[in-house]
Formats: sequence, structure tokens, C-alpha cells
Amino acid sequence: MSSGTGPAEVSASLAARIDPAVTEFAREVGASDPITVVGTRTHWHVGGELAAGTREIRAPAGVWEHEPSEMTVRCGAATSVGELSAHLAQTGQMIPLDPADDAATVGGVLACGFSGHRRLRYGHVRDLVLQTRHVDATGKVVTAGGPTVKNVSGYDLPRLLVGSLGTLGLLAEVILRTLPVPPAAQWLHGDGDPFAAFDLLYRPSSVLWDGTQAWILLEGDPSDVAAEAARVEPLGFGPTTDAPHVPATGRESMRPSDLRTLAGTGGGWLAEVGVGLVHRVEPVDAGPVAPANAALMTELKQRLDPAGRLNPGRSAW
Amino acid sequence: MVPEADTAADAALLGDLRGVVGDRARDNDFERGLYSRDGSIEGSLPAIVCLPETAAEVAEIVGVCRRHSRPFLARGSGTGLAGGAVPVGRPVVVATAKMDRIIEVDVDNRVAWVEPGVLNLDLSRALTPLGFHFAPDPSSQQVCSLGGNIANNSGGPHCLAYGVTTAHIAALEVVLPSGETTMLGGVDAEPPGLDLRGLFVGSEGTMGIATKAAVRLTPNAPSVRTLLLDFDDVSEGSAAVSAIIAAGLVPSALEMMDQRAIEIVEAFAHAGYPTEAAAVLLVELDGLPGGVSAGVEIIREVAEQYHAGHVRVAADDAERALLWKGRKNAFGAVARIKPDYYLHDTVVPRSRLTEVLDQVYRIADAYDLIAVNVFHAGDGNLHPILAFDRREPGVDERVKAAGRDIVAASIAAGGVLSGEHGIGLEKRDYMGMLFSAHDMYTQDLVRETFDPDGFANPLKVIPSGSRCSDSFHQHVPEGAWV
Ligand SMILES: Cc1cc2nc3c(=O)[nH]c(=O)nc-3n(C[C@H](O)[C@H](O)[C@H](O)COP(=O)(O)OP(=O)(O)OC[C@H]3O[C@@H](n4cnc5c(N)ncnc54)[C@H](O)[C@@H]3O)c2cc1C
Ligand SMILES: Cc1cc2nc3c(=O)[nH]c(=O)nc-3n(C[C@H](O)[C@H](O)[C@H](O)COP(=O)(O)OP(=O)(O)OC[C@H]3O[C@@H](n4cnc5c(N)ncnc54)[C@H](O)[C@@H]3O)c2cc1C
Repeated sequence: MSSGTGPAEVSASLAARIDPAVTEFAREVGASDPITVVGTRTHWHVGGELAAGTREIRAPAGVWEHEPSEMTVRCGAATSVGELSAHLAQTGQMIPLDPADDAATVGGVLACGFSGHRRLRYGHVRDLVLQTRHVDATGKVVTAGGPTVKNVSGYDLPRLLVGSLGTLGLLAEVILRTLPVPPAAQWLHGDGDPFAAFDLLYRPSSVLWDGTQAWILLEGDPSDVAAEAARVEPLGFGPTTDAPHVPATGRESMRPSDLRTLAGTGGGWLAEVGVGLVHRVEPVDAGPVAPANAALMTELKQRLDPAGRLNPGRSAW
Repeated sequence: MVPEADTAADAALLGDLRGVVGDRARDNDFERGLYSRDGSIEGSLPAIVCLPETAAEVAEIVGVCRRHSRPFLARGSGTGLAGGAVPVGRPVVVATAKMDRIIEVDVDNRVAWVEPGVLNLDLSRALTPLGFHFAPDPSSQQVCSLGGNIANNSGGPHCLAYGVTTAHIAALEVVLPSGETTMLGGVDAEPPGLDLRGLFVGSEGTMGIATKAAVRLTPNAPSVRTLLLDFDDVSEGSAAVSAIIAAGLVPSALEMMDQRAIEIVEAFAHAGYPTEAAAVLLVELDGLPGGVSAGVEIIREVAEQYHAGHVRVAADDAERALLWKGRKNAFGAVARIKPDYYLHDTVVPRSRLTEVLDQVYRIADAYDLIAVNVFHAGDGNLHPILAFDRREPGVDERVKAAGRDIVAASIAAGGVLSGEHGIGLEKRDYMGMLFSAHDMYTQDLVRETFDPDGFANPLKVIPSGSRCSDSFHQHVPEGAWV
């Protein structure tokens, strides 16, 4: 009476979907020596210095599948953000990864796990990742998540991998969610109160503040962008063509409400209002991890990479 | 293997639990019966039910369970549809119903601190006067708990634009299976280290018990429009879904109902749904007024292109509410045709909707069941309802077999096992349809990090034996069964 396909046939067809470039990458990773993936080296020193003698390899690159009406894209982890953006732009789509340098690879951005300056509107980068295919410490391919825009099948390993700095697995391929490019975008600039502006506006894309001046990014329908801009004009904000420079050395994490305490602390920083992130020209030490959490993180690393061969010398916490 | 009830062991366990929560530890048949099932068709009795009032009590209960080598099971409202809250191994059920306080609404940081037993809709109601809401809105939102939403990473119609639960959880206080209490994530922008919060959300109670959460507040949209489009042909309705998305719109909701669903819902809600249509799309656009108006125009164009019969735009909030009333109560209304139903949940690429829907009807016919479809079309999330009468002999087997075939058909079309209801018991043994043995082995390694001894909701999500290759003995406390 059965009218469907059995589990064996189905998973066989899934295995067949693994791209040959991913299989080849897994072979290259192998199962024994210390190894790291090089992206574009734009953030090569994040998380500590790589142990000497570590073999350096590159992940596969290329935009492999993009179906505009599905709003998803499948690409090799070494694809540069610039290449991916250019590809998506042809059909009016984007992924707001927004790294400081477009040459950064998708795998590098996800390994670092830092969101871009439009997080206020679009959320954290990890919320854009639908499926990951990584190569683990034993040289085997692991698929987690799923190809569709919605999925709760199994544990959420993609969220674990984002921000793990390549210490738990090496990203080979990802499927990301795309978004439509908004029809209009406008930066505003002025010396008004950015907190008051944030409260007035409906879901602005970015509100950045350096202690004396602020920049606001509005995106959406042109009439809405104009109307929203008019709402904050009395606060002292007007259109500008220039996005602010975002310092890319230190990232300090705060509660959004605590940003107010930065008033009068001088320059050298740019804060994301509503998010709580402060970009600084000086390096910033990440805050402490609670002991119970550090124990879990250590245990995860121990179980997934017992010999410590993945990105040795680096740590995500 | 059903473990023999060990009366002496249960009595000793009850004694120690009474020491923690007094008469809120219960073992009477009535309450054990009440907590033996969730919204799925599985069921089995727990040993004891506890109703803690504080996180400290939860931690102590977990400690007692460990000392007695007895698994525990967190439970919210029991509306889960995958058997996640069905007791396995005569566990202690830790019901969060009495942990139902909204602790603080922190508008400055755009979060609310809540206990896990707060009901989803109660939170959004409390936030309305402040101009905010909690975006995930499962159709069960009047009764399901936030703890259950977190554990299942639940979705809802409006998650199309706003994302599912995980995008809305900033921080989580959890009691780990070790009995330790810790905070995962944080209200600050980038809590350091691995995203344990992201791992816990969606882990279906197998990594511990959430005792408190900081959930994100979403501002209410200044402008909302709700439209109803009807089609003579399901395939044109499905094609319209893809066309709306391809046109660069992200509606806040994009729901589809087939003819049977329309009939059932209309008889109940009297919302003026066109009962002669083969399918309707319920589309909601929200945001700033300009974008919403532009979106309405795009939808009108798509409707024309795909031969929609009518485009009804709700004139006011009352009409909007009426259109949604039908959608949100569709499942309950199924009782009009059969007393029981089994609600499925798979996701397929939007472009394959028509084809997989067709297969769903054929599968239901083959097993002599009635299929009704009301679903989140915008993200390809199918929810076939199989209506049946439990009194018919052998019907349970037919329902389960049909479910398995629906899952297989969805995966063969490039889809996944579940979009929002989770894996639990129901789909645990289908994980191999989507994942390789090594994928599941890896997932189990991660789960085991949190719960090496298998105390927390054991034997859910990952099929037992996923680690046979590693001569792994399932670390299941004695007396557990499947
Ligand atoms: C202070 C600071 C500010 C930043 N601000 C932003 C920002 O605003 N927006 C933003 O998006 N990003 C930001 N980043 C992150 C950064 O832009 C990108 O993540 C970075 O460009 C990584 O890309 P890459 O290809 O150059 O990686 P690399 O510099 O080559 O590598 C970075 C790390 O990632 C690992 N890695 C690379 N590829 C893989 C892979 N396939 N699998 C596993 N691990 C891999 C490497 O081993 C290395 O440890 C910031 C980083 C810092 C330190
Ligand atoms: C008519 C109907 C419509 C539905 N519509 C939707 C829908 O649109 N979208 C959707 O996503 N779901 C839907 N569901 C499914 C269900 O309502 C959701 O999964 C809901 O989130 C479950 O919440 P609950 O409180 O009932 O959890 P329960 O059923 O009690 O538990 C579900 C799981 O969560 C775990 N759990 C509960 N509380 C905690 C805690 N504090 N800590 C750790 N683990 C915990 C349990 O162990 C179990 O594994 C629907 C169900 C019904 C009956």
C-alpha cells in the first residue's frame, strides 16, 4: 500500500547531492595533521596565533545554486562576499553580511561570526544560515540544518559553527537565505540624539554613533524613506551620501541601554545603537565566559576534535 | 520494553521530591494520565509529576532525579505535535505551568524577561500597550508556553518575515542535566564564545530545562494590510506564492488553504471565504505605509497573472481579525468532518509545492484517509491534516504509514523532516531519511556534551544506536524504554 520512497533511497539521493568539490576538500583535510583554512586573511589573527607547522588549505569556492524565487543560495565557503553579492545583485537580492572588506570569504565571515552594521534591521548573520556542510576532524563531511528557508530537523549545528573560528569543523559549503535589495536606501547624518531617533523610527537599518555625531541608515520604499527622514529632521538629521567609517580593530559588546554611558568618553569608537556593539580603534578583550559555559565549550571541542587538530592555537572564547 | 513499575523506587523518589516541592509532587493516576500525552498520537505514563515554582526548585528536582537515576522531562502546555513531551522511561515530569510570570519588560533593551510557563499570546497581549509584540505566533499561541516554543524553535504564520523563535531569544537561564544552573547568550550584543544559546533553542528538552528567558520585543508595524486571494486551481495558487516572493516582496504572512480547509473553516468562522474555490491565499503585508501599499499593488498584479478570482482586501481590523480567525482555528474545526486528526509538518522548496501537495492527496487516498491542507505556503511549510476516526480498527497504523510517506515525498522533493513541530519521538526514526549515519553521530556527540548520562528527555530526536559504530551504549538510565 506504500506510495512513497523509503528512507534508504532518500538518504542515498541526499548523499549523491554532495558536491564533488566538497568531497575533494574532505580528502584534502584528511584525518591526521594540524590544519587550518585560509580565507582572505582579513582577520587572520582573531582568536590567537596559529600554531607553527599547521597545514594551510583553502575551501572550495563558487556560487553553485541560486534560485531567486526560493530566496536561497548555495555556495562554496571560500566564495568572496564581493562575488556572492555581485551574483545576487543580478536578480535584485542580497545577503547583509557586510564585512569591512568585500574580499573576505563567506566561510571566514561565518567562522568569525561577526554581524555587519545592518544587524539592527536584519539580525545576526547566524540567522541567515540555513545549511552547513563542514569537514570534521576525522576528515568526514557533516551536513547540518537543511536547504529550505524553514527547518527544525535535528540539532542546530549551523548556529554552533558560526563564530567557532574553524575550531570545531571546517566549512566547505553553506546554504544562505537571501533578501530582496530594498528599493531605496538613504544615510542621514547629524549631531542629534541617536537614542531619541531610534525610538522615533520604525525598524531603521542602522543607527551609528561616535559620541558627538550619528549616522542613520533608512531602507525601504522611497516614500517611506522620505517620510521617516522627515520625522528625525527636527532632531537635527539630514541626508548624506557618505556612510561612516567603521573602526575594525576592537569589538566591545554591551547591553544596548549601556551605550548611553559612553557619552563624553572621547573618540575612537563607533557604536551600534539598539544593538550594543562598540567598534573601537583599539583591540578589546572579549568578556569572560561563565565557568559552566566554558566547561561546556571545552567539552564540545574535546568531543568534536579530541586531538586538537582544527585551527590549533585559536580559540573562540 | 516497558519497565515494570518499581513501587518501592517510585515511593522513595516521591518522598525526596516532596522534600523539594511538597504536595506539588504528585503521583495520582489522574494527573499522571493528564501528563502522559501531548498533541501527538503517542502516549505513556510518567512516574511522578512535579510543578515547581522557581528555578531553584527545578535545579533541586534535577538533583533528586540524578540521585535516583531517573530521567526527567520538561513540559509546557503539552501542545507539541511530535511526541517531544511524551514520557519515556517512567520519568519525572517537570511541568512549568506554575512558572508563569512576566518578570520584567525592558523596553530600553527591547527584551522581556519571562518564565517558561508564560503562554505565548499572554506575552504579546501584555506588550501591546507598549507598542511591541513577540513575533513567533504558533497557531496554538493561546495555549502553548514560551518554554515549549524555545525547546521546539517554533514558528508561526508571521515568522516568514520575522524569523522563527531562535531569532527572538537573547538569553536563556537553564538548569543543565548536571543540575547546574547557567545563563546562555546575553542581552549584550555579542556574548563571547560558542553560541550555546542557539544550540539549546530547538533541542526539545534534551539539553536541560529552560527556567527563564530574555525574549526580543518586535515593534508593532504602523501599517498592516490583509488580503484574501482565491484560485480555481491549486497549482495557480502555488505558482502565485513563488511569484510574490520572486517579485521581491517579503509578506509578513503568506498562508494557503485548500478547498476542504476552506469549507471547514467557513462553516465555523463565517468569514466569507469562497467555498467554491480550489485554494485561497491569505496574505498579510506590514511595515511602513508606502511599502505596504506598493506591496498590495504587486499582489494585485500577481493575482491577475495567475487568474485569481477575487482579491479581497480587509477594510478594517475587524475584517482582518475575521480572516485570521478562520486560519488560526482551522485545526480545531477539522473535528467537523472526523473526530481525530494527525497534523503533519514538512517543508519543501516553494517551487515544488504543487507537486508535493498532489502526492499528499494521493497518499491520503491510498490509505483511505482524508487530507486537509492549511499551511505556511510562503516558506514552503506544509501542514497536511489527516482526519480520521480512532474507533476504526487499524486506523492508527494507516495514519502513521501515510505520515511516513508524506515525509519521504517531501524529502525526495528537496525538503526536510520538520519546519516547526520538531522531531521528538514521531520523526526520530526518520532522521536517516535526511541525514547520514555520520551526521547523526555528530549531532549525538553534541547532545552528549550537555547530557552524557541521558537524563534529559532521553531517546528523543536522535535514533537510538546512532553511535553503534563507536560501541556506544545508549546512556539511558535504568528502566528507560522506547
Ligand atoms: C575587529 C573586527 C571587526 C569586524 N567587523 C566586522 C563587521 O562589521 N562585519 C562583518 O561581517 N565582519 C566583521 N569582522 C569579521 C571579518 O570581516 C570577517 O569575518 C573576515 O573578513 C573573515 O574573512 P576572511 O576570508 O578574510 O578570513 P580569514 O581572515 O582568512 O580567516 C579568519 C578565521 O576564519 C577561519 N576560516 C576561514 N575560512 C574558514 C572556513 N571555510 N571554515 C572554517 N574556518 C575558516 C580561519 O581559519 C581564521 O581563523 C570583524 C572582525 C574583527 C576582528
Ligand atoms: C492546533 C495546534 C496548532 C499548532 N500550530 C503550530 C504552529 O503554527 N507553529 C509551531 O511551531 N507549532 C505549532 N504547534 C505545535 C506546538 O504548539 C508548539 O510546538 C509549541 O511550541 C509547544 O509548546 P508547549 O508549551 O505545548 O510544549 P510541550 O508540548 O509541553 O513541549 C514541547 C517540547 O518542549 C520541551 N519543553 C517544554 N518546556 C520546556 C522548558 N522549559 N525547557 C526545556 N524544554 C522544554 C518538552 O520537553 C518537549 O520536548 C501547534 C500545535 C497544535 C495542537
